[in-house]
Amino acid sequence: MSAPLEIPKWADVSLVPILAVIVAFLIAGLVVLGIGESPVKATVLLVNGALGSGEGIGYTLYYATNFIFTGLAVAIAFHAGLFNIGGEGQATMGGLGVALVCLKIDFLPWYFVLPLAILGAMAMGALWAFIPGYLQVKRGSHVVITTIMFNFLAATLVVYLLVNVIGKPGSMSPETRVFATSAHLPYLHEAFAFFGIKIPKSPLNLSFILALLASAFVWILVWHTRLGYAIRTVGHSPTAATYAGISIGRITMITMAMSGAFAGMLAVNEILGVQGRLLLEFSSGYGFIGIAVALMGRAHPVGIILASILFGMLYQGGTELSFEMPRVTRDMIVAISGLVILFAGALDGLIRRPVAGVFARLLKSGA
Amino acid sequence: MEIYATLIAILESSIRLCVPLVFACLAGLWSEKSGVVDIGLEGKMLVAAFASAAAAGATNSAVIGLCAGIIAAIAFALIHGFAAISQRGNQIVSGVAINMLAAGLTALVGNAWYAQGGRTTPLEGDARFLPLIWPGAEVIDHIPIIGPIYAHLISGHSALAYWALAATIASGFVLRHTRFGLRIRAVGENPAAVDTAGVSVAALRYSAVIIAGALCGFAGSYLALGQAAGFLTNMTAGKGFIALAALIFAKWRAWPALWTCFLFGLLDAVAIRLQGVMVPGIGQIPVQAIQALPYLMTVILLAGFIGKAIPPKASGLPYVKER
Repeated sequence: MSAPLEIPKWADVSLVPILAVIVAFLIAGLVVLGIGESPVKATVLLVNGALGSGEGIGYTLYYATNFIFTGLAVAIAFHAGLFNIGGEGQATMGGLGVALVCLKIDFLPWYFVLPLAILGAMAMGALWAFIPGYLQVKRGSHVVITTIMFNFLAATLVVYLLVNVIGKPGSMSPETRVFATSAHLPYLHEAFAFFGIKIPKSPLNLSFILALLASAFVWILVWHTRLGYAIRTVGHSPTAATYAGISIGRITMITMAMSGAFAGMLAVNEILGVQGRLLLEFSSGYGFIGIAVALMGRAHPVGIILASILFGMLYQGGTELSFEMPRVTRDMIVAISGLVILFAGALDGLIRRPVAGVFARLLKSGA
Repeated sequence: MEIYATLIAILESSIRLCVPLVFACLAGLWSEKSGVVDIGLEGKMLVAAFASAAAAGATNSAVIGLCAGIIAAIAFALIHGFAAISQRGNQIVSGVAINMLAAGLTALVGNAWYAQGGRTTPLEGDARFLPLIWPGAEVIDHIPIIGPIYAHLISGHSALAYWALAATIASGFVLRHTRFGLRIRAVGENPAAVDTAGVSVAALRYSAVIIAGALCGFAGSYLALGQAAGFLTNMTAGKGFIALAALIFAKWRAWPALWTCFLFGLLDAVAIRLQGVMVPGIGQIPVQAIQALPYLMTVILLAGFIGKAIPPKASGLPYVKER
């Protein structure tokens, strides 16, 4: 096991995750073959569905927006050495934050409602991640377990509130009333139409711009600020951080809160951008796929955006694919995410070691 | 008398609901005692449920179904074991991957094979583990007080329910009183010491992971062949995580695990009972509050507000042999 793991940085950030994804896709291809469909035809249909039309691209980017938010949430926690598996719950609470703001004040003009609703999403998401962070720091309970439990707590809390408190009166389905138009984040096709440019209709909305801004924010924060330096120090070496006078507890709580705020922003895309009301299970697994995205994107914003677009393609293309090939449902994407998490995360060494071996041989023959 | 009948009915359904939790919780116990953190209980139960339903449907034999479920769960356990033990990968990441892979694959393959929106063909007769009626249960049932206890709590459960009790007894005994159990516990607390004594850390951890897989196989098979009559998409519905919570609540011990799972099963049964019922003096109790209790109690316990739950010292840490 003493194989050299020296890999040039460019290969580490690009080649290794790409190989992991290729392995994941090959296995997925075998599964498609196993259920009696052609993987090649499936791939063509998938790529075509995702990128073949303007509308398809719009949907792809709309899904990608969700993955950018949850991916950033997982990634920033990674930098501090924390594992936040509570993205689902934090996103759910973000939805609650949006709903509470919108239900109270959506009679006001949009320039009051939208910023406050976005802040509501971030605050509730942050709260739902801050508590596990606080409990780890002050009471010694590990964030992994606590965030898992908080996923379920958020789910039951929102069901309770939708059924008993904030649900639409007289409605059988657990959802709030539809928010007023002042609480609608414009679709990108609406925004473009405002400037006289026509693009195809899709649920892609201004949240996508927010997601890109959030990515830029993470890049600046993590690599170009004092706080980011502290976060990375805590993640790399808690001992060094303590020696340098950095409070690990403080950084843990701040990072968890930021992580939760990003996850909460998923609700901005889904609730404020598309649904226009709070309903159950809008987070539908995006929180967990965020883990795949963060691992594949090597916790770097650029990587996360690229990985998110890939998963957006899988989601959109997968939907189209399931129309053409009803045997290949979108559950395929969940399985692929699992494989990506496995090969880009837990079995990372399986790919890294041969790559390192190849580079070692190349260097030897070069010298 | 009617209150008594209700009580018996609630306890009866608590037993039914706690069986998969007990198996899964014991699975987590074995894995984590050996130092391998397992948040993939959910996924392993799910593949077992699917494999058992598929095999039982094809062969019309519940036993073959159970075997298939166990094999499938062990296969997934070995993926986790390979990642955690041989590759020294992150065990949490691997567990998350197992859960997603299981959720995706079972739904995908189920839909492709049976074309019924993810469910398998309904099972009946020999393809299921039907309730075992103990001798004289129907006659004794009429004796007041004691009769219903015998007829509904002791008798009348699927064979796997009794196996769950047996698994608890066996796990508790083996972990506490045998050399193998001692070694498993040692490897979860201080793998270096076990290694120094000349015992293979990897072999011990692999065996624990395989036992955990087998137990998840029982848990999943019970869901598909005992509780329900076939597989449904995502039929585990978070039970793997409740089992994980129960494991923490039981502070990583076999018998407390059984009681905790029973308590969580009871909460579930009560929640189902209280749906839309007006309780005199209190009004309607929100079902969600009861459903949230296992998670809430675990968070509070972990935070050290009621006692202290301390996991095995080396759990989650890959072992690197010194050279």
